[in-house]
Amino acid sequence: MNWLVNNGDLIGQLVVAHLLIAIPPIILSLVISVPIGWLANRYAWSRGTLLTGFGLLYAIPSLPLFIILPLIIGTGLRDSINLVVALTLYGLALMVRTTADGLASVDPDVRQSASGVGFSGRSQFFRVELPLAGPVLLAGIRVVAVSTISLTTVGAVIGISSLGSLFTDGFQRGIGAEILTGIVLTIILALGVDGLLVLLGRILMPWVAVNSGRVSRRERRRARLAVVA
Amino acid sequence: MNLFVEGILWALDPSHYGGRNGIETRVEQHLLISLGVLAVASLIAIPLGYAIGHTGRGRSLAIGVSGAIRALPTLGLLIIIALIVNVGLLAPFIALVVLAIPSVLAGAYAGFEAVDRRAIDAARAVGMTELQIVGRVEAPLGLPLLIGGLRTASLQVIATAVLADYVGGGGLGHFIFLGLKTNDYPQMLAGSIIVIVLAIASEAVFSIVQRLVVPAGVSAGRPQDVRVRSTRSRTAPG
Amino acid sequence: MIEFCSVTKQFPGGTLVVEDFSLVIPSRKTTVLVGSSGSGKTTLLRMINRMVDPTSGRIEIDGEDTALLEPVALRRRIGYVMQNSGLLPHLTVINNVATVPVLNRVPKKQARQDALLLLDTVGLDRSLADRYPSQLSGGQQQRVGVARGLAADPNILLMDEPFGAVDPIVRAELQTELLRLQTELDKTVVFVTHDIDEAFLLGDQVVILEKGGRIAQVGSPTEILSAPATDFVATFIGADRGKRELSIRSSPSGDILVDADGRAAGVLIDSAGGPAL
Repeated sequence: MNWLVNNGDLIGQLVVAHLLIAIPPIILSLVISVPIGWLANRYAWSRGTLLTGFGLLYAIPSLPLFIILPLIIGTGLRDSINLVVALTLYGLALMVRTTADGLASVDPDVRQSASGVGFSGRSQFFRVELPLAGPVLLAGIRVVAVSTISLTTVGAVIGISSLGSLFTDGFQRGIGAEILTGIVLTIILALGVDGLLVLLGRILMPWVAVNSGRVSRRERRRARLAVVA
Repeated sequence: MNLFVEGILWALDPSHYGGRNGIETRVEQHLLISLGVLAVASLIAIPLGYAIGHTGRGRSLAIGVSGAIRALPTLGLLIIIALIVNVGLLAPFIALVVLAIPSVLAGAYAGFEAVDRRAIDAARAVGMTELQIVGRVEAPLGLPLLIGGLRTASLQVIATAVLADYVGGGGLGHFIFLGLKTNDYPQMLAGSIIVIVLAIASEAVFSIVQRLVVPAGVSAGRPQDVRVRSTRSRTAPG
Repeated sequence: MIEFCSVTKQFPGGTLVVEDFSLVIPSRKTTVLVGSSGSGKTTLLRMINRMVDPTSGRIEIDGEDTALLEPVALRRRIGYVMQNSGLLPHLTVINNVATVPVLNRVPKKQARQDALLLLDTVGLDRSLADRYPSQLSGGQQQRVGVARGLAADPNILLMDEPFGAVDPIVRAELQTELLRLQTELDKTVVFVTHDIDEAFLLGDQVVILEKGGRIAQVGSPTEILSAPATDFVATFIGADRGKRELSIRSSPSGDILVDADGRAAGVLIDSAGGPAL
């Protein structure tokens, strides 16, 4: 507890540094995944190619990626841009598939009736298909947000400041409280951003009850079991 | 890109093989740690996942705990355990098991949940005991999704086992951390490249196994099930 | 003989599916429980092999209270055929049929031998033995389901809308096949359906159910047709719409039977099979 009180400034700085690294990849992976996800559904060839390609990014372990990436994008090893790009790639690995699936799952009847009432191709995409895919996108970006915030800490071992610095520093100096503080704060940040996303979802998509997908599926399953029993 | 070539040359240099810090020794360590972690995680998570999948109880709890673990920074977990149990292999081992459990657990219960309720009902109606239903119906039909869970876990573990050497646990992280300390970029790269190769090899092996274990009568319609769960339980490898 | 003694079933949540139900199901006859959805017919059927346990009341098989029997052992000596066949997708036809004997520790080789004979019995070609259920047509799957139900040579065969999911032509085929089987095998068959024509065709005893498992009428098809007990029964069997009142009408090509709406319903033949004159 003492350590915490004496190091308030440091902690504040690290929280800010952590968010500066973690937030851009979350936003970027959402924004970039929309055109790619759209493209994936557009042509027969593009779906397999794009989904497999971005899916493969998953197979690349994070620390090795942090080390190899500077060679490709020309940043310094300890440059935080390096980390932002790597985390964005991981975000895309999940979000491209999620967005493509979400857009593909929009009811064809809805799509037809939308063009029937006179939406043009572009406005139909932004006003009908994208909003309807919204809940799926939200679910995906929540997973991305939590794992991005957690992964950001790994950058500390190559010297990029974040809450992860509390782990490396605490380890070298043998201060358990410092490490514990880092863990707890990382979790709080992750849950906080997750909560914020849920709130944002409720504001932007007032027509869906939060978690409705999961609840209704369970309801359906229970109903089915009741029939069987 | 020159550095990249230097990294590959470093990895191929015969003088970096043999002895305690030889590449082949470190690869072996890395693989043994990963396999051991997968085995222990499976021993814990598969029976638990089967119980959840069969009874339908405890599912929300499992999802909640898995979500919490996803938010838990592995590096921090590993280091704090190392501080408690001392440096060496034990701390990374425990941390990696904790990391691997959610994926295996999700694969186990999702596999059971994907089984057609009518097949289970029929099995019960013709007089299978609950254990027989688990062993003869749910386990074989759920196997592809379980392997999918193991695949994700394996990838996460191989990737994160790099951090083991940070607390003296051995494995391929050695080259990365030594390279970082001595500013030896080719060595860092060599370690990174080898880990990536291992990770991709793990993916390849599991994707083949996943195809092989689909029961002959149900080859149709499987891939979709795998896809449905992948967005839920996959996390980026640490 | 199967006997329901004032059986009540209330599902968690309070729905009363079956209330104070009593019925005697005679041995070696086909009894059909017929009713629309919500009549509790499937629940009643599933109480016989204890897939569902009654909230109160008793079910006896040959005088034995089923509540005192071990459910798994009970189910293994009762055949069960369900809608959509309920076959295990990862087992071949022959292994599906042999499921119960194998569970009962019959040597695998013999179980497979017996299963092949059963395929003959239900009119399936032996070449299908090593196929998987997904490679069969709906009608073939149902036949496999029947073969599996017969595999342990049970005295009782429970059939839960077994022909509900196949097209009308195949259904008619399967119904005829079941009638033939029943004359050969002489089992106690309990059959659930919502199709009154199917009930009249297959049933020695037909039980017409109203909501909540109330019995509207029990009797042979003849008894029910000639004297519907209530308006509900009359509506249910179509007697109120004249569907069951057939009359002879002469036509240039011969005499035919028409229903009350004048729709052609069939031709009249004498019991020897030739045209009646």
